[in-house]
Amino acid sequence: MKDFDKTEWALVIAFPVLLALMVLLPRWLVNYVQISMGMGLVALAVMIQMRAGLVSFGQGLYFCVGGYAAGMADKFLGISDIFLILILAVAASLVLSGVLGLLLRRYREIFFAMLTLAVSMILFSLLSSSHGLGSTDGFNLPQASYLGWTPTGETGTAALYVLTALLTLTSAALIHRFLRGPVGKIVEAIRENELRVEYLGTSAHASVHATYMIAAVISSIGGVLWAMSLGHVTPEMANWTTSGQFVFIVILAGTGNVIAPLVGTFVLEVLRVYAVEVSPNTWQMILGIVMLLTIVFLPKGLWSLLERASKRSLPHEHAQEQSQ
Amino acid sequence: MFTTVAIILDGFGFAAWLFLSSVGLTLIYGVMRILNISHGGFYALGAYSAAWAIGLYTQTGNTIALTYLIIPVAAIVVGILTGLLVERGLLRFMYGHEEVLMVLVTYAVFLILEDVTKLIWGTESYVAYQPAFWLGTVDVAGIPYTIYKFLIIGIAVAVGAGLYWGLNHTRVGKLLLVVIHDREVSAALGINVTLFFTVTFVIGTTLGALGGALTAPEISVVPGIGAEVIVMAFAVIVIGGMGSIGGAMIGAVIVGFARAMSVHLYPPVEMFSIYLVMAVVLAVRPYGLFALAEGRKI
Repeated sequence: MKDFDKTEWALVIAFPVLLALMVLLPRWLVNYVQISMGMGLVALAVMIQMRAGLVSFGQGLYFCVGGYAAGMADKFLGISDIFLILILAVAASLVLSGVLGLLLRRYREIFFAMLTLAVSMILFSLLSSSHGLGSTDGFNLPQASYLGWTPTGETGTAALYVLTALLTLTSAALIHRFLRGPVGKIVEAIRENELRVEYLGTSAHASVHATYMIAAVISSIGGVLWAMSLGHVTPEMANWTTSGQFVFIVILAGTGNVIAPLVGTFVLEVLRVYAVEVSPNTWQMILGIVMLLTIVFLPKGLWSLLERASKRSLPHEHAQEQSQ
Repeated sequence: MFTTVAIILDGFGFAAWLFLSSVGLTLIYGVMRILNISHGGFYALGAYSAAWAIGLYTQTGNTIALTYLIIPVAAIVVGILTGLLVERGLLRFMYGHEEVLMVLVTYAVFLILEDVTKLIWGTESYVAYQPAFWLGTVDVAGIPYTIYKFLIIGIAVAVGAGLYWGLNHTRVGKLLLVVIHDREVSAALGINVTLFFTVTFVIGTTLGALGGALTAPEISVVPGIGAEVIVMAFAVIVIGGMGSIGGAMIGAVIVGFARAMSVHLYPPVEMFSIYLVMAVVLAVRPYGLFALAEGRKI
């Protein structure tokens, strides 16, 4: 615990805060907190790839793998234990990303963006035309059980909320460690200049592959948690427009810190609820305009505002840490 | 025999549609190095405006022939107006940024165009079957085939030939090839690169709108068609090599036939087959069939 930095402490403190919110906030808002934690993990996955300069327009692929792993485990194997489901989802995403990574790690920039999109659309089209899995309508998920304990009603919702919070914060903390570690540093160097990274004696391909697989794993965990709390999965999870929203969150929130995409997802989800109610046909337009404004005026996202503000108040000692 | 003829007919039908929907995308990428995701938005705008205009016109009960003029006119008006607006109003301020950033910018434009379409035409579907219906069908080896499809195949060939001729046999086209080859040197030679960019973008978006407008009589125009077409168009141009017009043509034929074969032999894999072809091509030729290799910059 003593080598925790500011971000990690913030994540530790966030756990009791999230638990308090569950009790204090109205039911519907708690629901959005829970759902945005699942989606936030996918945004986090997009963010760590963005650090390497790689824009994934197909992160919905693993979001969907997670969701469908949860659904199919119950449908075909009769498994509703959330820990078994998580293991299955992680295994599925590891295998899939391990294989796809062999192809994708050779590509950068727009090719990476569009190939991840295309791969995700393969799953989308397969699921959309498979009648056994409900085609485009998807199917319902069961109530989660925990090592033989199957809570129902309020208790069930609360149990899932606690598990979601715990997993999300732990994943975020581990990702934070990863970004500070050797591969995290290499990944940033790849964005700056890949060829020089290789001259220094490291394999850019291997680092990209590792980052891609880690992103896949946390996306599938996010997919499981999201699907279990919603109780329903559809192929729409793998559609590129879903993935586009995760990209949007990262552009808006910035890649400065692991907390940024998590908070960004929640803010966006709440905004969406209001926007869709007030004017359903302009939501995407608002997204597009905000995205353009962010790209032009805040290329490092909203998080950079926070960094600037805290740098001004703490000019000396923390200046280096802020860049983490 | 029956299936073979059907596959060949549908293969060329799909290919023509794919080529018309994607050639604008590859043209803009070739000249401007912008992968224009908003292309799907222009496609949808073209489809909606054509369907809407045809609907209005047929209610007046005037002569049929003019309907066929409405399709290109609607596409050209929409393509030029919105194309100019997007390029002059936004993209020109973003030139010189990384390619991947331009993808995000055009994605934002795509989102905006989606809602513009919904705000103008609402969310209900538009049907403008008349132009396709009036031409009737023709029997090809016992299979009835709509003449409108042949018309689209003809237009696709004409557009492809026109672009080829325009690029290789006119002064402007040759200058454009210079701009594609080296933007800075051509600016130094006194070529107005900015003007070429604007014109290229507008031609590209007009082609996108034309693709949508020509498709409108064959489908029911609903929200979301733009998001579908952009993925398909990308598969087509990436197979041929991004920026190559000949490549887009080959890519369209390959994808068109892959789709026609799966439709007639094993329908559930219809969409899957497109991406499968793309994955196989890219695994062998990472930057498409006709892309030129580029040196890595240190």
